[in-house]
Amino acid sequence: MKRLSFGQAIHSALAHAMENDPSVFVMGIGVDDHKAVFGTTKGLVARFGRERVFDTPISEGAMTGVAIGAALAGLKPIHVHIRADFLYLAMDQLLNVAAKWHSMFGGRMSVPLVIRAIIGRSWGQGAQHSQSLQSLLMHVPGIKVAMPTTPADSQGLLLAAIADPNPVILFEHRLLYDIVGDVPDPPVAVPFGRAALRREGSDLTIVATSHMVIESLSAAEILEQHDVSAEIIDPVTLVPLDDEAILRSVAKTGRLLVVDTSWTRCGASAEIAALAAERAFSSLRAPIRRMGMQPVVCPVSKPLERAFYPNATTIAGEALSLLGRSFAGVSPAEPAEAFKGPF
Amino acid sequence: MTATNTRAVGRDVEVELYRLMLKIRLSEQRIIEIYPTDKIQSPIHLSIGQEAVAAGVCRALRSSDHLYGTYRSHGIYIAKGGDLGQLFAELYGKDTGCARGKGGSMHLTAPEHGLMGCSAIVASLIPVATGDALAARMRRDGRVVCAYFGDGAVDEGVFFESANFAVLKDLPIVYVCENNRYAVHSRVVDRHKQDKLYRLAEGLGLRGSRHDGNDVAGVFKTMRRAVEATRLGGGPVLLEYTTYRWHEHVGPGTDYEEAYRFPGESRETAQNDPITKMAARLQRRGLHRELAAIATAVRAEIDRAVVFAETSPFPPPERLTADLFEVVA
Repeated sequence: MKRLSFGQAIHSALAHAMENDPSVFVMGIGVDDHKAVFGTTKGLVARFGRERVFDTPISEGAMTGVAIGAALAGLKPIHVHIRADFLYLAMDQLLNVAAKWHSMFGGRMSVPLVIRAIIGRSWGQGAQHSQSLQSLLMHVPGIKVAMPTTPADSQGLLLAAIADPNPVILFEHRLLYDIVGDVPDPPVAVPFGRAALRREGSDLTIVATSHMVIESLSAAEILEQHDVSAEIIDPVTLVPLDDEAILRSVAKTGRLLVVDTSWTRCGASAEIAALAAERAFSSLRAPIRRMGMQPVVCPVSKPLERAFYPNATTIAGEALSLLGRSFAGVSPAEPAEAFKGPF
Repeated sequence: MTATNTRAVGRDVEVELYRLMLKIRLSEQRIIEIYPTDKIQSPIHLSIGQEAVAAGVCRALRSSDHLYGTYRSHGIYIAKGGDLGQLFAELYGKDTGCARGKGGSMHLTAPEHGLMGCSAIVASLIPVATGDALAARMRRDGRVVCAYFGDGAVDEGVFFESANFAVLKDLPIVYVCENNRYAVHSRVVDRHKQDKLYRLAEGLGLRGSRHDGNDVAGVFKTMRRAVEATRLGGGPVLLEYTTYRWHEHVGPGTDYEEAYRFPGESRETAQNDPITKMAARLQRRGLHRELAAIATAVRAEIDRAVVFAETSPFPPPERLTADLFEVVA
């Protein structure tokens, strides 16, 4: 074990994979510059050469296709997007080509493609630098979707993605980058499709993704002061989704609140809620609740931005409401924001 | 003109080019015959009249050279060496098809012969081919990659993005634009002020040239020169071959009477049939008997392919959920 931040753990996984497999290479805008995508690709050029770590033209569509073609030819590309919002430019390649290839040609070939996409969120990132696109990608069959929360997962899921013969996208939340935790040394892959129990509880289940796990853990502290015991499940990967872990927890607590980093409509939270409604209905003692970004365009102005996202206080409030209770007039203080910017 | 371009095409190669074109033509004519039976439940985009481009381009590539195509790819599938039985079986949606019935006419594949895949989204495999060429360069494995697309594909942004990257990285790729005058029912001149398509990416540094796509020996020679040059590190190149789509965009019929067509085209095409022209050339050399034998052999091969398709089983229902992901070891 060693102590690494979420971002350092990504760096550790990249270096480990490149050291052990000469077919692994990293491409993307800024991967070779002095900022090195929040340090995650720092020093890789010096260590592995410009051919395996290179900047690209600002052509997200074609560059995604280039990564797919290199993967088809036997290499293992890791394509990095410093803001997930730019993935919209690559959707044809991701969804019409990468997601289809294995199936469309009868299983004869695979596309071992890895995409890292960073969710920008907060500190005035605004409409086009803050989006969280997992729900769109979950909808179309053929691409795996991972959302690491801890340093062990940011390292381990990336390694699993690199080893996976299929296209995989990892959404890395910018606000998680400085969180420090224990990671295995040497690095170990974290298998897809296994949810993590982040906190045990008995009164309600909170299924939370990515940064919303952190907010939900803080919410659980608040709830504890109100004698509410929240269980927190982190799906870790959305495709494949660990249905059983979620259903087990809902069967135990009888109540479900889903908190996702994206919008709720047709979202990851909708899928998880539908799962519980379809397969755990008889366990439910109250209607399922969902939280996510407000159904509007992300604003920049601080008070508006704060209201746009769920936070520990609003999550705790929603959980209490789900239990038929409230803060009873004593609303807890707004949580302090650790991140001071700039990005 | 370089020496390689003027280098004569040997008799054997000419005969082979003729055989490939005839195989494409007769196979597609058989598809037209079968189509009304509804045994082929897959949209077909015929390349009748365009056979010289497919034959000349593919014959100039090695089996290990990768090729990426479009929804109009029966021609390149056959010319790159794809199995004819597997082609017909794929059209029939059978389990023995080249994509096990999952792809159909628009998604042909024969990776064992270098035809990696074909896509129905215009231009979508141009960047994929470019990435394959990046891999060839990174591994220095001596492969050349060919992106094969129509004149509609140069309207898409990824064409330019890919061209820029290929030039930047000096990739071993030949971009082949098969200009059959129409993107669905839209004429090149209605989509581009600059209708010399081979010049479109000149500003990015992509060298291009235009050639007669109905002269199969000429296609072969120009493609061979391009492939040899890029294999030796000469970088990417764009070849535009002008040809003509005889049939409607999709389906077995013709639509010469429709307003989108240039007037007099059906006459023009009859006079410019690449197969007739090559046959005349070979007949002038006294190869009548050989040509007849080729036609007989090709027809027999098509007969066998159709029987194979007809007698093959459909995929079992459980195949529906297979193949979404490759199982992780």
